[in-house]
Amino acid sequence: MTALLIAQIVLTLFVFFMLLNSAAVMVYVERKVAALLQQRLGPYRVGWQGVLQPLADIVKLLFKEELRPKAADAFLFALAPIIAATCAFAAFSVVPFGAETTLGGWLPEPLKLQVSDVNVAILVVFAIASMSVYGIVLAGWSSNSKYSLLGGLRSSAQMISYELSYGLALTSVLLLGQSMSLTDVVNQQSGTWLGFIPRWFVFLQPIGFLIYMIAGIAETNRAPFDFPEAEQELVAGYHTEYSSMSFAMFFLAEYVNMVTVSAVATDLFLGGWHGPFLPESLGWIWFLLKVGAILFFYVWMRWTLPRYRYDQLMRFGWKVLLPVAVINVLVTAAGVLYFGI
Amino acid sequence: MGSELAFYLFAAVAVVASLLVIAQRNPIYSVLLLIASFGALSGLYVLLDAPFVAVIQIVVYAGAIMVLFLFVVMLLNAPHEETEYDERVHPLLQAGPLRFGAFLAAALMVELVWALTKGGGEAGGFPGRSVSSVKEIGRLLFTEYSFPFEVTSILILVAMVGAVVLARRETP
Repeated sequence: MTALLIAQIVLTLFVFFMLLNSAAVMVYVERKVAALLQQRLGPYRVGWQGVLQPLADIVKLLFKEELRPKAADAFLFALAPIIAATCAFAAFSVVPFGAETTLGGWLPEPLKLQVSDVNVAILVVFAIASMSVYGIVLAGWSSNSKYSLLGGLRSSAQMISYELSYGLALTSVLLLGQSMSLTDVVNQQSGTWLGFIPRWFVFLQPIGFLIYMIAGIAETNRAPFDFPEAEQELVAGYHTEYSSMSFAMFFLAEYVNMVTVSAVATDLFLGGWHGPFLPESLGWIWFLLKVGAILFFYVWMRWTLPRYRYDQLMRFGWKVLLPVAVINVLVTAAGVLYFGI
Repeated sequence: MGSELAFYLFAAVAVVASLLVIAQRNPIYSVLLLIASFGALSGLYVLLDAPFVAVIQIVVYAGAIMVLFLFVVMLLNAPHEETEYDERVHPLLQAGPLRFGAFLAAALMVELVWALTKGGGEAGGFPGRSVSSVKEIGRLLFTEYSFPFEVTSILILVAMVGAVVLARRETP
């Protein structure tokens, strides 16, 4: 029992540490991929091929001066980045990333590779995603700057519009999986059809997957939906007035949110840690590969597509994405009833 | 012991936050305190073994409705509420409405005391059914409680139509 408890605590700290690291890695990958797409070299001076660049960035951010506008609301100005970072990390706590393991017989009972197994995990992810908007909105309002305020307002409007489609995409998977626990949903995707097609929900739910990915980009405020921080119009949007570590917190939150959205997509649509060639105990390698592929896709999207116009974003969210998501849920429900999956 | 401590913690947060919603005058802080109060309520639901209700509380109230509230408050950029009523007496502070309000408050107090002392025993819960199962909640909602469920949705629709009618400006 105690061994399991210690393992659980170590696992929690490990997940936290890895999420922090993933943000650093993503910063590097983002800059390198952007450079590749634009035929530049990207960072290459700090360490081999510039791999230590994120470290240099962190040190730089740490030693910058912490600034606060005179007219800002001091309490909320300090609270906003904390909310953003906390929500980003909290969402990952219900995401499973590997099969149960005893660490080669070292533990008396199998340990779930997941910080906490909640039976309404899908809803928890959704709830925390809906809370994370407060970090951005409050940052925008408390800065008392017009650019920040506009960024915050845009962010809340965008989040409200895309959350519905996001939730409906989750619902369609929920109908197939017949469970709200992410572990159950992943375990239903083991095995293959006809011996070679993996039983991933992405093949049953291609439209659901597409909607999830689009809404996921909007939820994480990434290009082509990066209106809250559209630099050509709003300087830097909601974090215009932030500097030093409080700016770094927003930065961190954005990348951790990306990782979480990718991890949830992997669990819901891409079969989580199930994959060919590798034994179940090494499933986390598959998980990492899939998450990495989705993250690369996100970076690729950002540097390929131009930003939409704001009214286009709203029209697309309400008049295209939402109806398609509703129809997708209806068709899925009918299919589940008829074929009895 | 642990859950009892958690109960008092959540209850205290809920009560204090709710009081502060009306006790301080900055609208943004009122919205935030209301969110804190909803969060504490959601904690109470978890203690009652109803994780589904707890999460729905966060998704619907704290996540969606309060974002709209915050959006409107920010858009209007409402300053601190007025504290003085020097120029003219606020209509709600005239003798008539004040007495009526006091009467309503007293009636509510009596009702609360009566309900709390008379009720007793097991509070809420379906006998023999778990509230934590999403499937069970869905089934109950669409079979046994389908009539109240539909009536509620019509009520909300009526409220929406009413709001639109009230907000519409008369065109000349």
